[in-house]
Amino acid sequence: MPSPDAPVADPVRPTPWHGQAPVVAVVAVGGGIGAGARYAAALLWPTGTTGFPWTTFWVNVVGCFVIGLFMVAITERWTAHRLVRPFFGTGVLGGFTTFSTYAVDIQRLIEEGRPATGLAYLAATLLAALTAVRLAATTAERVVRTSPAPRREKGKRSS
Amino acid sequence: MNWVLVILGGMIGAPLRYLTDRAVRSRHDTDFPWGTFAVNAGGSFVLGTLTGAVTAGAADSHLQLLLGTGLCGALTTYSTFSYETLRLAQGGARFLAAANAVASVTAGLGAVYVGLAVARALWS
Repeated sequence: MPSPDAPVADPVRPTPWHGQAPVVAVVAVGGGIGAGARYAAALLWPTGTTGFPWTTFWVNVVGCFVIGLFMVAITERWTAHRLVRPFFGTGVLGGFTTFSTYAVDIQRLIEEGRPATGLAYLAATLLAALTAVRLAATTAERVVRTSPAPRREKGKRSS
Repeated sequence: MNWVLVILGGMIGAPLRYLTDRAVRSRHDTDFPWGTFAVNAGGSFVLGTLTGAVTAGAADSHLQLLLGTGLCGALTTYSTFSYETLRLAQGGARFLAAANAVASVTAGLGAVYVGLAVARALWS
């Protein structure tokens, strides 16, 4: 199973950047949608007085859960168009979730004299994100195995 | 205006991550997700520098939305990071998975501090 950010195979000639323009375009559109959705979440649920960055926490955890479901669905269930993974996995979910804001939030909490909250946020995000992606992937794999596959012969894998 | 800046930043940041990952993969054939590691550390450095610039009054809220919320937010990723960590663990590379998690968080946080120090040196 490839990484969500893995390069899309070049369809015709295997020169390094051939056929990448449509991929870069859909990643850009997806990234704009994902970043916009994260900004919307920040406006809807501004970080409260507790100082714990709950909105970024949930954005990252939800994004990790969705990518777990999505990657199993497109690699083991459906034969997706070659632009689906870059658009949704690399673009939308990659643009939605953020590592830089997470890192700056930890630094800010430490700077504000709340190192315990900062470290709790550091550990909680990491644990919740990894748990979410694992839970989503194993759940999706179980569903894929126990139900008949559509649009594909039984036992045949697409990649 | 604010929305345009965030979306525009996201439309630059996400393809930058894709192209960085592709460039790294074409040069290094390893199981360790160096591409995602690089964008997460690099984006954290840029956001740290930007945060320092805003504190020093050298950058305004518009630049923060374009470069911080939009570009750095989309350039860096938690979803791909966690998915790649899961893949390493499930593939039997438990040590690499743990190393990726610890190294990414350490490098990201370290990059923020380096970025802040650079901003302080430049604008104070």
